[in-house]
Amino acid sequence: MTVPVRRFDAVIVGGGGAGMRAALQLSESGLKTAVLSKVFPTRSHTVAAQGGISASLGNVQEDRWEWHMYDTVKGSDWLGDQDAIEFMCRKAPEAVIELEHFGMPFDRLENGKIYQRPFGGHTQNNGETPVQRACAAADRTGHAMLHTLYQRNVRANTQFFVEWMALDLIRDEAGDVVGVTALEMETGEVYIFHAKAVLFATGGAGRIYAASTNAFINTGDGLGMCVRAGIPLEDMEFWQFHPTGVAGAGVLITEGVRGEGGILLNANGERFMERYAPNLKDLAPRDFVARSMEQEVLEGRGCGPNKDYVLLKLDHLGPDIIKQRLPGIREIAIKFAGVDPIKEPIPVIPTCHYMMGGIPTNYRGEVVIPQGDNPEARVNGFYAAGECACASVHGANRLGTNSLLDLVVFGKSAGDSMVEFIRNEMPTWKPLPANAAERSLARISRLDNQTNGEDVTEVRTAMQRTVQARAAVFRNSENLAQGVKEIQEVAERVKRIQIKDKSKVFNTARVEALELENLIEVAVATLISADARKESRGAHAHADFQQRDDEVWMKHTLYYGDDRRLTYKPVHTKPLSVDYIPPKERTF
Amino acid sequence: MTKARFSIYRYDPDKDAKPYMQDYEIELGPNDVKLLDVIVKLKAMDDTLSFRRSCREGICGSDAMNINGKNGLACVTNWADLKQPIELRPLPGLPVIRDLIVDMTQFFKQYHSIKPYVINDTPPPERERLQSPEDRLELDGLYECILCACCSTSCPSFWWNPDKFVGPAGLLAAYRFIADTRDLATNERLDNLEDPYRLFRCHTIMNCVDVCPKGLNPTKAIGKIKDMMVKRAV
Repeated sequence: MTVPVRRFDAVIVGGGGAGMRAALQLSESGLKTAVLSKVFPTRSHTVAAQGGISASLGNVQEDRWEWHMYDTVKGSDWLGDQDAIEFMCRKAPEAVIELEHFGMPFDRLENGKIYQRPFGGHTQNNGETPVQRACAAADRTGHAMLHTLYQRNVRANTQFFVEWMALDLIRDEAGDVVGVTALEMETGEVYIFHAKAVLFATGGAGRIYAASTNAFINTGDGLGMCVRAGIPLEDMEFWQFHPTGVAGAGVLITEGVRGEGGILLNANGERFMERYAPNLKDLAPRDFVARSMEQEVLEGRGCGPNKDYVLLKLDHLGPDIIKQRLPGIREIAIKFAGVDPIKEPIPVIPTCHYMMGGIPTNYRGEVVIPQGDNPEARVNGFYAAGECACASVHGANRLGTNSLLDLVVFGKSAGDSMVEFIRNEMPTWKPLPANAAERSLARISRLDNQTNGEDVTEVRTAMQRTVQARAAVFRNSENLAQGVKEIQEVAERVKRIQIKDKSKVFNTARVEALELENLIEVAVATLISADARKESRGAHAHADFQQRDDEVWMKHTLYYGDDRRLTYKPVHTKPLSVDYIPPKERTF
Repeated sequence: MTKARFSIYRYDPDKDAKPYMQDYEIELGPNDVKLLDVIVKLKAMDDTLSFRRSCREGICGSDAMNINGKNGLACVTNWADLKQPIELRPLPGLPVIRDLIVDMTQFFKQYHSIKPYVINDTPPPERERLQSPEDRLELDGLYECILCACCSTSCPSFWWNPDKFVGPAGLLAAYRFIADTRDLATNERLDNLEDPYRLFRCHTIMNCVDVCPKGLNPTKAIGKIKDMMVKRAV
């Protein structure tokens, strides 16, 4: 069977913040670029980000990128790579100013500068006092940013392939990346995209959990494609639980609510964060707040008939602040929690929100994997940025507003690296391997021909329940070992999933089945990586190993899907220009 | 558990000669609140049922459809508030690809036609371009559009002339850039709309305002553009 081939200098998979920021670099450099997206770009999940994008602009109080760097390193519980963190925090002000120049509708201060609000873990002078670092467009910062980036790409004439799902990564005999296969959803046809360089900007995979703030489309497609192509995944045990998901619905309530002065209360009406984090209180980093909330619930101080949530109170901010700074939150609370936060508190629980791990990259956006003695050899032609990538700036726990920053800083950086690579190292295309589309065609044809198979929804639900139960906020050895066993059983079932819809035209059942094949790779990687890490660090809170163990465990996990094996690589302790920030106890 | 009855527009060009309405009945529990939750459940029963969805919280704009005769987002609609059988159809006026999935090419073409980006060719300053809170306030009610197309596909003028009339979503976006103090292309933007169809086919029927899931008011924005046209002419 011949598969049509389309040829571009660069192919970007994913039309969210990272993909579209990279696309600007490539389009504006004159290279022929294709952006593939499962959804129309402004429907990517970046759109749902709320609270802000961090940068030490110092518009409200004095701020420095070095302080932002310190907070990010400490937030990461010393698993973040300090060169990448320095790179991101130094670039933050220019990245945000650039978005403003692109037309992003930031809120403004009286002096006309960009409005900044406090956020979890953002401090002055290395942890002393909270600082207003989160640049915000009300509580719709992601929407404002994503639409602005799309608009800028319209101006740059970027070529989008809308509702195309990338299926598999194409590597040649040398292991170099030479393209991807992709499914045109409207027609059901499979194409080869032959490229000199490929960027994955495929976003997160929060849908491995039963309760998640993530969109339906967050199915870890880039990670699944990597696993199938022999690329390892980094630090997959680290998943962020956002403290304030709407209880029952999972929908996100921004940390910006607490930035504006909102507080968490237990069943006794106590502002319990004062006990756990005397200095930063409700604005401690997310892993810390999420654990404190779970602890309150475990000790019987949860609210509601089942005592299983806490309350986010913001009515004391007054209707004006809520309407002006948090209008989207009010809308969400009314629609999904049935409460108007101007009058009543919002029931909230920690909810899976963000994947700190991902495809191993360096700060240039190049995908790097172990080869011989080199723990970080470049995979020629392959780049990743945004949530799907692990640079690693977030380490074991991401700070709020660093995700939007990650998208634009590393989207741009990866775009620049690709332009350089294509110009200097790739005058022409490397030939496609003979069997370039074989794996993708086999996956599709198995789905078309499977009989007596497993139901997609049932298997996906089994996966989500397992991950939810076994890789939660608090973990322990027994639970994790059980989880490893269970998730591998689910993975066997995924091999036999079946769909009834055989239509060629916009077959969303087929898309969901292909997505499940990606999700399960992420889920297995998560449990196997988590089971192996015998310490507590950031979002990985282990009941049987409650301390951080820098001697043994200050290292990145690498998971290989073909034989489900783990290796490790060192954390980058050398920043680009400033002094190393050595580990210390993490209190707030 | 309560029963809910649905009548859903079905069409798969791969096998159907023409569209038809299919009835569904489903048992729902207390956790099935939003219409989208229910449609996702229906799809678990019948995986051929096709629709778009993503964020499930009213911000991505994917799951716009015609619900009991009115355009809206399934994810922010409570099914229990709807009269049964709940009739679901694709957004009106656009070609149907399959079931509830429409071809939005024409809609986006109109959006692109208004040059939806800030035009300002002066060299950018080192820091942000300053904007007062009052000037920034002018963008509220404009920039929040999610491009779901509920408005344009409820507008008779857009149904008749989707190729010539920009439609409420595109015109709301046009005014979003006119109203932005950082944009210096107001005259060019007005020229671009100075045409019997592009702007002036709006007959203030206000269906757009009625259906917008974000509570925006395209008619008001269109009125402001018309005012500017008039002022410019005198």
